[in-house]
Amino acid sequence: MSLAAATADDPNALGHQPDADAGGVANQRIIVGYGFWIFLVSDIVMFAAFFAAYAVLSDATAGGPAGRQLFDLKTTAIETACLLLSSFTCGLATIAAHVERRGWFQAAMAATFVLGATFIGLEVHELAGLVAGGNGPQRSGFLSAFFALVGCHGLHVTLGLLWLSTMMAQVVAKGFRDDILRRILCFSLFWHALDIIWVALFTVVYLIGSIT
Amino acid sequence: MNLLGKLTWAAIPIDSPLPIISSLVVGTAIVGVLGWVVVKGYFPYVWREWLTSVDHKRVGVMYCLLALVMLLRGFTDAVMMRTQQALAFRSDGYLPPEHYNQVFSSHGTIMIFFVAMPFVIGLMNFVVPLQLGIRDVAFPTLNSVGFWLTATGALLVNISLVVGEFARTGWLPYPPLSELAYSPGVGVDYYLWALQISGVGTLLTGINLVTTILKTRAPGMSLLRMPMFCWTSLASNLLIVAAFPVLTATLAMLTLDRYLGFHFFTNDAGGNVMMFMNLIWAWGHPEVYILILPAFGIFSEVIATFSSKPLFGYRSMVLATMAICVLAFMVWLHHFFTMGAGADVNAFFGIMTTIIAVPTGVKVFNWLFTMYGGRIRYEPPVLWAIGFIITFVIGGMTGVLLALPPVDFLLHNSLFLVAHFHNVIIGGVLFGVFAGYTYWFPKAFGFRLHSGLGKAAFWFWLVGFYVAFMPLYVLGLLGMTRRMQHYDVAAWRPWLLVAAGGAALILVGIVLLIVQLVVSIRRREELRDVDGDPWNGRTLEWATPSPPPVYNFAVLPEVSGDDAYWTTKQSARDAHPPAYGPIELPRNSPTGIVCAFFATVMGFALIWHIWWMVVVGFFGAWATFVVFAWRDQVDDILGADEVERIDRDAHRGTRAPALAGAAA
Repeated sequence: MSLAAATADDPNALGHQPDADAGGVANQRIIVGYGFWIFLVSDIVMFAAFFAAYAVLSDATAGGPAGRQLFDLKTTAIETACLLLSSFTCGLATIAAHVERRGWFQAAMAATFVLGATFIGLEVHELAGLVAGGNGPQRSGFLSAFFALVGCHGLHVTLGLLWLSTMMAQVVAKGFRDDILRRILCFSLFWHALDIIWVALFTVVYLIGSIT
Repeated sequence: MNLLGKLTWAAIPIDSPLPIISSLVVGTAIVGVLGWVVVKGYFPYVWREWLTSVDHKRVGVMYCLLALVMLLRGFTDAVMMRTQQALAFRSDGYLPPEHYNQVFSSHGTIMIFFVAMPFVIGLMNFVVPLQLGIRDVAFPTLNSVGFWLTATGALLVNISLVVGEFARTGWLPYPPLSELAYSPGVGVDYYLWALQISGVGTLLTGINLVTTILKTRAPGMSLLRMPMFCWTSLASNLLIVAAFPVLTATLAMLTLDRYLGFHFFTNDAGGNVMMFMNLIWAWGHPEVYILILPAFGIFSEVIATFSSKPLFGYRSMVLATMAICVLAFMVWLHHFFTMGAGADVNAFFGIMTTIIAVPTGVKVFNWLFTMYGGRIRYEPPVLWAIGFIITFVIGGMTGVLLALPPVDFLLHNSLFLVAHFHNVIIGGVLFGVFAGYTYWFPKAFGFRLHSGLGKAAFWFWLVGFYVAFMPLYVLGLLGMTRRMQHYDVAAWRPWLLVAAGGAALILVGIVLLIVQLVVSIRRREELRDVDGDPWNGRTLEWATPSPPPVYNFAVLPEVSGDDAYWTTKQSARDAHPPAYGPIELPRNSPTGIVCAFFATVMGFALIWHIWWMVVVGFFGAWATFVVFAWRDQVDDILGADEVERIDRDAHRGTRAPALAGAAA
């Protein structure tokens, strides 16, 4: 029975053009990439919850300092530069992996690691300074939301660094196998997504916080 | 610093006999089963074929098994509550308040997170790849990890029975009660970490099934040819992906409050208690639809199959499903109309909530019209479905009542509300998974469940449900609030006694389900499903032998219309011997169970502030994934001749005449 005949006899398919090419199992790279995008969506939803909490609590300073008195835009500008640059080097690493150049891949990943670690170092320094000044997360609802949002992003970057070094070691041990290339794809998606979240965070928390 | 954190011998509740006795029973049962498995020499088989399996069918069955076991635990809590309230008229009953509070908290937590969720996810796991005509889910190992993390959560909740205590805050830990100032014990911490860990597992499953449904379907299986259960699974998993991260964030905030002195939800220093209600219900309301949508899908399959007709209004059903999926995010505030958001906001959410009844109504009419003019076979799955339609409509109507803010101001937090959500969860989700369990059991194990005992179980459940919960509507209207440990209003007493009687009827229903399982296993030869299609099904899972071979389909089916297997049977294309090829199968892997072991260690350590053990748990889990990532052989290849042999052995001989007969 031909496809056309099957649908013509079928009262449930009246006026409905079936897409005969649809379906079929996609290749592994598409499946993995797609799944990871879905994960990133969920991760961004989680950040959205922390952003929402920050928006709700940003005025809840409980008599303590507001963002204007605490934020040092110069440090955060350097942090931003580090993270954006690390996205670039991460992109280079992806290209190197594509053309299977181990040396370039390891160099670009190492640069990404150094930039990411610098970012984390500066962030920890900033947060430790706040805590030392008596403005830790216990001080007010505003500072709780601030520490949680920034800390959540920082935790993601730290886990990203752990993942990054694992991938470097794996390429040394196994080379550019198909499944390893897929993991590198996922890692780069993850790293760029953290960048996007940082841009939002920098804008909503630091820039707007310094003005108002 | 103490090496064991807050953990001391005082954590074991020697003085209260109930938890000790029940945990001894549970512990003995677990040790007994493990001992039996080891002594009989089954352990290598169980380890190889089940615990480390990444086959979606095995993982699905394990999910359902977890749900059934936890159903017994959650139901025990229910019986304790019903008997306590039946006794506690002008007296203290037999459960002291702090114990009673733990009982209703763990009842809700277990029933939602460790019964309804695993059961629904287990059925999706088992059925969706088979219905889509493919060999496994998109990420088989991740699937196993997701299951074992859910099991970790269930284990932690059960550990709280013996070591320490469980939350006394209700199934959602509303602050400020759940904050350290008012709940200094480890109960809330058990809740938080059990849910956080199992929530990660659920999220992984959601990602996995969304990818599976959208990216890995058999050739020709376009979206609008998917069986309805796949559509509702897609909607449910989209909701998981969008809602569970909110739960993760909310629980993380409460955890930060409790562990590090943050002020998200505290009364002082700028904390905002109302933010918790908004955040938790921004997850909590979609969660309701995460549970009910797959049940709707099960009923759609069951009703179409047993009416021997295509589903009425397939595309309107798809539309209704996706409409519910979107609307699910727009109604959360109806859980706290009395919070004081103002008349305008309440009116908006009241209207949105009543609107969501429209697509649900579309579905009810579609099911009715599917049955209309059909030749209905009254097997147990259909009974559950019909019982569902009637019960769920009642529950839906009381829901629409509660959606009206002025009515809600009267009924908020009363037993009317308790009756309403049990009406939709038992009458909807639980009846749904029981229908699915009976319907797909022969597919999973190769023999049917005993029909007569299934019908008996259904009637006890149905009548028991009405006897147990209709009095609660009355009690709510009489002003009885929920979660009362004792009371002194004489007018309530008779209704509570009736409700306890209803719980006894449900108990008979549960016992009958167990008896049905035992009897069916003993009589499996006469209940054997020889041709893989015991119900004259319409969708592709019935095209496989029962139980399906590890690869599901020797040759991926080509789909050319709606109701794929029905079409196939009509044209008998399957009668020709297919061209076999080698099949790549994902290797079994202990990653899931080992990772869950470390997650359990880490969760337990976090609950008791044993920091060195947290570090051990975290790096153990990480190392597990590294070992997994390092393996060289990802797939096992099943050769074409082996596939052909298995396929011939799998009753193709008995199935071929049936298929040919359908063509003649």
